[in-house]
Amino acid sequence: MAERSFKAEVEHLRKGEGDTFTGEGILAITKALLENGVGYVGGYQGAPISHLMDVLADAEDLMAELGIRFEANANEAAAAAMLAASVHYPIRGAVTFKGSVGVNVASDALANLASSGVNGGALIIVGEDYGEGSSIMQERSHAFAMKSQFWLLDPRPNLPSIVKAVKDGFELSEASNTPVMLIVRIRSCHVTGSFQTRDNQRPKLSVRDALSNPQSDFARVVLPPMSYAHEQDKISNRWPNAERFIRERQLNEVFGPKTAPVGIVLQGGMYNGVIRALQRLGLADLWGNTKVPLYVLNVTYPLISSEFLEFCAGKDQVLVIEEGQPEFIEQQLSTFLYRAGSSVKLRGKGPLPMAGEYTGQVMLDGIAAFLKDAAPQMLPALVRAPNEDRPAIPDLTGTVPIRPPGFCTGCPERPIFAAIKLVQKETGKLQISADIGCHLFGALPPFEVGGATMGYGLSPAANAAFDGGGERRPVSIIGDGGFWHNGLSSSFTNMAFNRSDGVAVIVDNYYSAATGGQDVMSSRADNPTKATKHPIAKALKGIGIDWVRQVDRTYDVGRMRDVLREALTTDTPGPKVIVASSECMLNRQRREKPLAQKAIEEGRRVEAPRFGVDEDVCTGDHACIRLSGCPSLSLKKLDDPLRDDPVASIDQSCVGCGNCGEVADAAVLCPSFYRADVVHNPSRWEARMAAFRARVIGWLQSRRAARRLTFEVRP
Amino acid sequence: MTLRETIGLEPDARQTDPRLSGIIKLAILAVGGQGGGVLTGWIEDLARAQGYAAQATSVAGVSQRTGATVYYVEMAPLRPGDPVPVFSLMPAPGDVDIMITAEMMEAGRAIIRGFVTPDRTTLITSTHRALAVSEKMVPGDGIASSEEVMAAAGIAARRVIAADFDALAIQSGSVISASLFGALAGAGVLPFPREAFETAIKAGGKGAEASLRAFGEAFDVAANPASEAAPAAQSRPEPKAQGPARLIAEWERLAARASALPAPVAELALPGLRKVVEFQDAAYGAEYLDRLGGVLAQDDAANGWALSRESAKYIANAMAYDDIIRVADLKTCARRFDRIRSEMGVNKANVLHLTEFFHPRAAEIVGLFPARLGARLEADPKWMARLTRWFDRGRRLRTDRLPAFLTLHILGGLKGWRRRTLRHAQEQAHLDRWLQTALSEVARNYDLAVELIRCRRLIKGYSDTHARGHSKFDRVLAATARIAARKDAADWCRRLREAALQDEEGKALDGAIRTIDSFA
Repeated sequence: MAERSFKAEVEHLRKGEGDTFTGEGILAITKALLENGVGYVGGYQGAPISHLMDVLADAEDLMAELGIRFEANANEAAAAAMLAASVHYPIRGAVTFKGSVGVNVASDALANLASSGVNGGALIIVGEDYGEGSSIMQERSHAFAMKSQFWLLDPRPNLPSIVKAVKDGFELSEASNTPVMLIVRIRSCHVTGSFQTRDNQRPKLSVRDALSNPQSDFARVVLPPMSYAHEQDKISNRWPNAERFIRERQLNEVFGPKTAPVGIVLQGGMYNGVIRALQRLGLADLWGNTKVPLYVLNVTYPLISSEFLEFCAGKDQVLVIEEGQPEFIEQQLSTFLYRAGSSVKLRGKGPLPMAGEYTGQVMLDGIAAFLKDAAPQMLPALVRAPNEDRPAIPDLTGTVPIRPPGFCTGCPERPIFAAIKLVQKETGKLQISADIGCHLFGALPPFEVGGATMGYGLSPAANAAFDGGGERRPVSIIGDGGFWHNGLSSSFTNMAFNRSDGVAVIVDNYYSAATGGQDVMSSRADNPTKATKHPIAKALKGIGIDWVRQVDRTYDVGRMRDVLREALTTDTPGPKVIVASSECMLNRQRREKPLAQKAIEEGRRVEAPRFGVDEDVCTGDHACIRLSGCPSLSLKKLDDPLRDDPVASIDQSCVGCGNCGEVADAAVLCPSFYRADVVHNPSRWEARMAAFRARVIGWLQSRRAARRLTFEVRP
Repeated sequence: MTLRETIGLEPDARQTDPRLSGIIKLAILAVGGQGGGVLTGWIEDLARAQGYAAQATSVAGVSQRTGATVYYVEMAPLRPGDPVPVFSLMPAPGDVDIMITAEMMEAGRAIIRGFVTPDRTTLITSTHRALAVSEKMVPGDGIASSEEVMAAAGIAARRVIAADFDALAIQSGSVISASLFGALAGAGVLPFPREAFETAIKAGGKGAEASLRAFGEAFDVAANPASEAAPAAQSRPEPKAQGPARLIAEWERLAARASALPAPVAELALPGLRKVVEFQDAAYGAEYLDRLGGVLAQDDAANGWALSRESAKYIANAMAYDDIIRVADLKTCARRFDRIRSEMGVNKANVLHLTEFFHPRAAEIVGLFPARLGARLEADPKWMARLTRWFDRGRRLRTDRLPAFLTLHILGGLKGWRRRTLRHAQEQAHLDRWLQTALSEVARNYDLAVELIRCRRLIKGYSDTHARGHSKFDRVLAATARIAARKDAADWCRRLREAALQDEEGKALDGAIRTIDSFA
């Protein structure tokens, strides 16, 4: 079950001609796919398009009604490979994954697809994860379009433009027999707005019908000599056709006055930021009417020389706003000007920084710097000579702590890392590689476990150099998402085949949790359309890894530690794999909390566990926190003049996972922790026994209190 | 406690009415799981329902997992026939009208990022803290200063509305998104009536009633600065002694002795006295006052009685050490059972199970033995191994049940035995050594003596942590001894202590000691 349900929103996808749709960018994309007669969709989740996959999964019924096939692909390579259906058949297909890491994984299939060329429109919707909040290396998917020769759309970040880009993308793909990549940035995936809907279209040819009438064409196979012919076809046919289509259909847009001394060329995705900067400079109004001419590249590859040169005509200087590096667009546009013998001065990286996100401030500074130099007369006096007298605001950078993401309250991965930290206290520091997923938070304080990550499903492979073993075994950590994505083939068969001496810990939380809790092969949930409940251990046995230990309750820190110790010390040759399984607490709470609430209301017996700290017993050394980092385990300052340091304290958000008590026990910390299980609707016998015990305990307590001095604050 | 400040210019003195200037820019900085998305949704729905064009964006990636997340909303009046305005997808420094931060340090982060500026920004912030891991894991006190952020907010924002909106929401059985929405309405910075806000909540359906309660509470706090003017400084009532009359009389004699001490000393001597009497008995309290008297004899008013004051605190802490008897006693007293019942919200119809996590080690068992026998066993590895085998294992004790309760109750009643134990002898010896070390410096360097007394803070925790604390204490004292003749020895002692409290392994302390080695 995915973290966010779009069941309610999906109903809006049924809207027809002339209705207005209001909602999020990813829903608009889904609606556009339906309106454009898509025949099949697929993809792999990952921010920022995780929710797009969730929307598609929740819209599966609607798609089935329209005869559309939906696949939650095993990984991005599988998703891209699915577009093969559009090579021979005139069927529109769309897949989605994140850029640029998803594109890396998919690149083999994408390159082959681009070489073969397509008959039906093939759209790759990429959620570009760049800038603030990004969880990956800062790179651009743009390079893939350039090397494989497919076209790249980067529409203005508003719903009507994104919806139009889906339509344009399919048509451009068909007009040029080339796959098209549609880039949506993090914020445009989640931007809200409205657009006018059209009726949903059934695909002209469904995948089912196509299967009844199979086609093949030798010329489409990437084998010599056809592969040479493909390259020639790209250059002499597909590219010119694409250019013609882009020009004729005016996919790129020009705004502002016809004549001006300067102009700005920008990626479509940059449009709103550029307008905001111009608004703040007094050069554009609320609705985007600008005094500086803009050439908006809704298609960032290929670039159209003639269109660009027309825009430049009569201008002295042109600024290119291109986020990220290297500056592919600027280089290409410079070449256009040079080849045309133009005297127009092109600026870009210079007034604007080469690296980093183009935030509001960067854009404002860059455009202001450009205009100050190129057309100072256009700027209002205040910008030319700022005369501001701002009060000095105290520097808080030394005060405010950083807040990186971490394990959620009750996360079953926390005790695994506590156990690894405890084992390292015995063995000394270990060589540990990590993968992609929630478990990567273990690399942060307080655990600081895990080194480099080489990609999804690649953690054990990243330890391959150490496979031969040594004084201490190398340890790799990988999630169940990573295991099924690519880990089984690239990492575990690699380990098995090379007789690795390493240890691998598979963190099995029943879902692809970091991307939003989607089901994977080993999920325990019943999924009506997917095959789940395939144990990871069985897959490992299947490829000949015999030393496999299954831990079914990761919260048992002592057992986790013992199993790890065993894996590190056993004489058994070959890979040592620990499958540490406990359900993602976010998902579990989402499922169980309402059920428990209902049971309490209906008078059924429910035990609600929560942990607490005896503040008189806690001495404030915070050793427990250094083995936890749980959000609900925090500190509080006591109102006691004799105490210096804050003591541990557990707030109401505690879900009673047990990590605190287990860690206190396994690491022999302190006796401050207690677990309180509140029993709702106890049985009559249970209640009577409890009352009896309470009477005896109460009698003993008051008997002792009567003989001693105690101090109490009377309210 | 709520706190509200209206700082800077009178409303509308300099800023133009947002209704005229066009776009209202509102940013929300929240910690993952605080419902920032829900709040954003309400604001957006509200604006649209009121005839505005609105756009919201967020970056919801892995940052939602307890990281800090920015949500951003822009809105502008939409006249019929007009095209939709072009909105930005992210806040820009110096260009935010309303900044809502769902936690105190997030307010600090908003200020650092330049989203709070004196010419335009109304800052609505909750003053509660969700501590970052880096603050929590420090062995000492690593909590960041909210006061600094409040002070900066006073300068950076046009207007600050600050209150513990988290507590307010919890009181109403709701979450902070609802109370922040109420604060936004109460602040009067959006051109919409209160009812329109409430309609947005009602449309959400789930939990609307509790949300509306939290909304209302926060609305009042934000709208009526007078209603929650600085709460009267609460003077905490002194804890009252309870027990048999004979003991009360004894207590009163002791309390009178403590009260007669110079005021700054008495202020800590009274709670100190209560602590040691509760730990053991009245006679032990008398010993405490005797020890304190010994310090006082070497102290004088010229130094503000600093040495005696610190000694009053740390001698009490040293005398009330954490042994099995104390822990067992604290775990079984009625006061604790009452506190847990109220904290866990246990009502009459519920049954409460209580599980304690104990892991006794041989050292603690031996500590309970008579001093001489205990010392002999402790020196004998065979016996220690045997005791480890018998006792050293995690034990889950159900103190709501009689067997476990009785065990701990009996252990907690061993106060009469305590003075004979090995642990007591060890603690007394350590205490005397420490006190003597400190007092031997009084004549030469009074400030150093005070700092040495304060080093007692390093000793805390149980088992390994306790041992580590002891070793840090020893290292600080040893390093201080080497430079004790220097004029700035007190300052170095303080630095060493602070370094020792910075991290678990003592890396900062190693560094400080290396520095001392370089010139000692």
